[in-house]
Amino acid sequence: MEFFRIKKDIPFMRHALVFNVISALTFVAAVFFLFHRGLHLSVEFTGGTVMELKYQQPANLEGIRDSLRGIGYEHPEAAGFGTAHDVLLRLPVVKNISAKDASQLVYETLCKAEKGALTQIDNVNAKGEHVVKQACMSASGAEAVELRKVEFVGPQVGEELTQNGLNALVMVVVGVMIYLAIRFEWKYAVSAIIANLHDVVIILGFFAFFQWEFSLTVLAGILAVLGYSVNESVVIFDRIRENFRKSRKASVHEVIDNAITSTISRTIITHGSTQMMVLAMLFFGGPTLHYFAMALTIGICFGIYSSVFVAAAIAMWLGVKREDLIKPVKEKDETDGAVV
Amino acid sequence: MNRYPVWKYILIAVTILLGALYSAPNYFGESPAVQVTSGKSTLKLTSDMVAKVDDVLTREKIPHSELSFDGTGTYASVRVRFPDPDTQFRAKAVLEKGLNADPEDPSYLVALNLQPDTPKWMQTLHAAPMYLGLDLRGGVHFLMQVDTKAVLAKRLQGMQAAARSQLRDKNVRHAGIERSGDTIVINFRDNDTRQKAKAVLGEQMPDVTFADSGSDSDLKTVISLKAAAVKQTTDEAVKQNISTLSKRVNELGVAEPIIQQQGPDRIIVQLPGVQDVARARSVIGRTATLEIRMVDESITPGTELTSAIPLNSELFTVGKGVPVVLTKDVVLTGDYISSATASFDQNQQPAVGIDLNGDGGRRMRDATSTRVGKKMAIVLFEKGKPEVLSVATIQSELGSKFQITGMGNAENSAELALLLRSGALAAPMEVIEERTIGPQLGAENVAKGMHSTMYGFAAVAIFMVAYYMMFGLFSVFALACNLLLLVALLSLLGITLTLPGMAAIALALGMAIDSNVLINERVREELRNGASPQAAITAGFDRAWATIIDSNVTTLIVGLALLVFGSGPIRGFAVVHTLGILTSMFSAVFIMRGVVNLWYGRKKKLQSIAIGTIWRPDTK
Repeated sequence: MEFFRIKKDIPFMRHALVFNVISALTFVAAVFFLFHRGLHLSVEFTGGTVMELKYQQPANLEGIRDSLRGIGYEHPEAAGFGTAHDVLLRLPVVKNISAKDASQLVYETLCKAEKGALTQIDNVNAKGEHVVKQACMSASGAEAVELRKVEFVGPQVGEELTQNGLNALVMVVVGVMIYLAIRFEWKYAVSAIIANLHDVVIILGFFAFFQWEFSLTVLAGILAVLGYSVNESVVIFDRIRENFRKSRKASVHEVIDNAITSTISRTIITHGSTQMMVLAMLFFGGPTLHYFAMALTIGICFGIYSSVFVAAAIAMWLGVKREDLIKPVKEKDETDGAVV
Repeated sequence: MNRYPVWKYILIAVTILLGALYSAPNYFGESPAVQVTSGKSTLKLTSDMVAKVDDVLTREKIPHSELSFDGTGTYASVRVRFPDPDTQFRAKAVLEKGLNADPEDPSYLVALNLQPDTPKWMQTLHAAPMYLGLDLRGGVHFLMQVDTKAVLAKRLQGMQAAARSQLRDKNVRHAGIERSGDTIVINFRDNDTRQKAKAVLGEQMPDVTFADSGSDSDLKTVISLKAAAVKQTTDEAVKQNISTLSKRVNELGVAEPIIQQQGPDRIIVQLPGVQDVARARSVIGRTATLEIRMVDESITPGTELTSAIPLNSELFTVGKGVPVVLTKDVVLTGDYISSATASFDQNQQPAVGIDLNGDGGRRMRDATSTRVGKKMAIVLFEKGKPEVLSVATIQSELGSKFQITGMGNAENSAELALLLRSGALAAPMEVIEERTIGPQLGAENVAKGMHSTMYGFAAVAIFMVAYYMMFGLFSVFALACNLLLLVALLSLLGITLTLPGMAAIALALGMAIDSNVLINERVREELRNGASPQAAITAGFDRAWATIIDSNVTTLIVGLALLVFGSGPIRGFAVVHTLGILTSMFSAVFIMRGVVNLWYGRKKKLQSIAIGTIWRPDTK
């Protein structure tokens, strides 16, 4: 099998301006949505409580919100997910409820709303593990509301995580730039980083536009994809350097076109095979991995686009020349040594 | 030319075998077990317990196997395996009854548990299954913030009192001692007194600095703790809180709790299997108190149980040196104990050295000066139940530093020191992060992680074989080795696997296949340019190597950045990500080359290799 039967170099650089305009527009749109809508940050960053509940009956979301308003949450967020029985609550830190006891209080309130009573049950699951838990039992003896997951993050932890996330981003950007500057030359380093940071902003733009939840795992995914797609720019720059060496007569345009054409098949195949793994996570990974995989998917798709079309074009605008990469051999000074 | 020396093949074979060995424990699963631990701070579990447990079970004819004794001191436990959960259940009930005289106040805690089914010989090689994080097995996670400010305040309070009493003892006249922020300020009227005071205090307090200020008759010296001393104080407080927490968690009967320090002033508590957050939190946040009281002298020793107890006294029957009757007046509470260390007295006998803070020294002196030769006792109140830790004879008037001796052996003194330190929390703590995951959700997460890795792997494998034929097969083999090595490494290093960690495994595989694609594409290109098959293989591997290094360096930078700045779930991701890159470089390049060499390397007159279509622009 061979997918790529390209006979002649594709004149990518002739359309460099078009590509750059497209990415500039997407970039601006992404920035606009980032500022206009903002990221839907998970409690890991904002602090607060997340609870996952499973109701015996299909859950009445409005009723749940009402009960929550009753205990002091002004804008309780209650959303269904998966089935009609599953409810996800997102509660900010509020003054009149001590953050540590929030989950307990909410569970009690919602249990009462379902006309259940909190009781201690002590049983053993199928695996033989001993499980003691507080359960909300209805009058008929069934578990009316099951508490599946509680996550509470204090506000100070949230601030730290945000700071650490930014630190990690800066360290990645600086690390990659230093590496590229050593490996190539500053113009390439700059263009590769611009191209890939623009991917990052676009991913963030998607998260802002669709108001997908931005969690720590998503952040890790974005950084992973940043490191991953920088590599694609490296491959193309490698080819550009090789071509500069091989064909002395070719213009910068031709050199870049040839470099992109000859690497495009492997760019797409490598990204495609990574994407297969990511798709598997997107479809089978469940809610926790869903947005992680989503960030990777957008990152991989835009990674191809940006490293192929954007990075090389920026490098071209920055005015890369063969002399940048191939150090001119210094002519030996004939009058070396002592001169009278 | 495409041949490896024999040692390289042997290296590959050995690596794969080791990988298989150390990843194997993950396939064995777990069997039901019961864990017996001590239910009381003063009761130590020893290896004799194994025989006792065996006795009880044999008497009740409950089939069991593999009795084992683990750990030391407070963490010791006896574990027994059972063939099925029903037996395990029965055994729990039987053991609870058989080991504890009073079911209301159990001496031993019996908890249900799961034990890995790894064969014995594997266990001796330290092959163990991966430890699953809470998001995969269910349980409670707490992140606690230790209030280090309170610790320092307590320490400064002690210093202030000590300074006051020392200056009084040495007859140095000062014009007032006060605390201001993190320092203690002493006022003086003249410089001579100030210098004298500094000399007196400097002798007693080695870890502080003095700074003079003021003029004329309004002189000051500011005492502040050295940075090292501040750090030591908070470190000790955190350590002490951890040991207190460990004991309390023990009582919850959790099979494999994790209690560890995170950063300078935080503690992580993870309790797998526990669903009842409210109870877990109440046990962890419980306050225990220590009290020092005097023994009631009106009761003749030996007749405590029979004589009438005076109105102002109480009878204690639990602990060491009991029965004993103590007055209800409390000389000191545990708050005054700033440190308790096991040491030796001047006769080389084991002793516990106790330091008191605040006006503890004064109270102690007042209480003991008239009672030399009498006895005093230290009592720990936990869950409202008292337990006598020590009854000691007062040898002389006691001050802010004193020793308890006559404990027999060093083990006893170490234990008493630990109890005195950990009976109460050194510093207040608050929960700043809490996570509860139901066991069912955990199991679902494991299944989801496994499925995504499996289906992703299958899709990649099918594509690779279809597109690159034989070379695709080699690549898939290399990828499988990568997975094997990664799992083996994670198990061997005892890394906790979380859901993001599982995602990182899948992603690592997705990125690892890149290296193989790079190699295969390069080999194809060489063939397209008319190289002979053997030359194409060599050139393909060599040229692709530089690119593979490049791509891995950038991903490694990301891995390291996440390791440095990540915490919690991100850390799990970063560790697996970084290890995955390292194993992928080994398997994708070294192992794949080995397989290719083994297959094609010997054929001298190789005409073609199965790497899929080699399309040339000039053909149709």
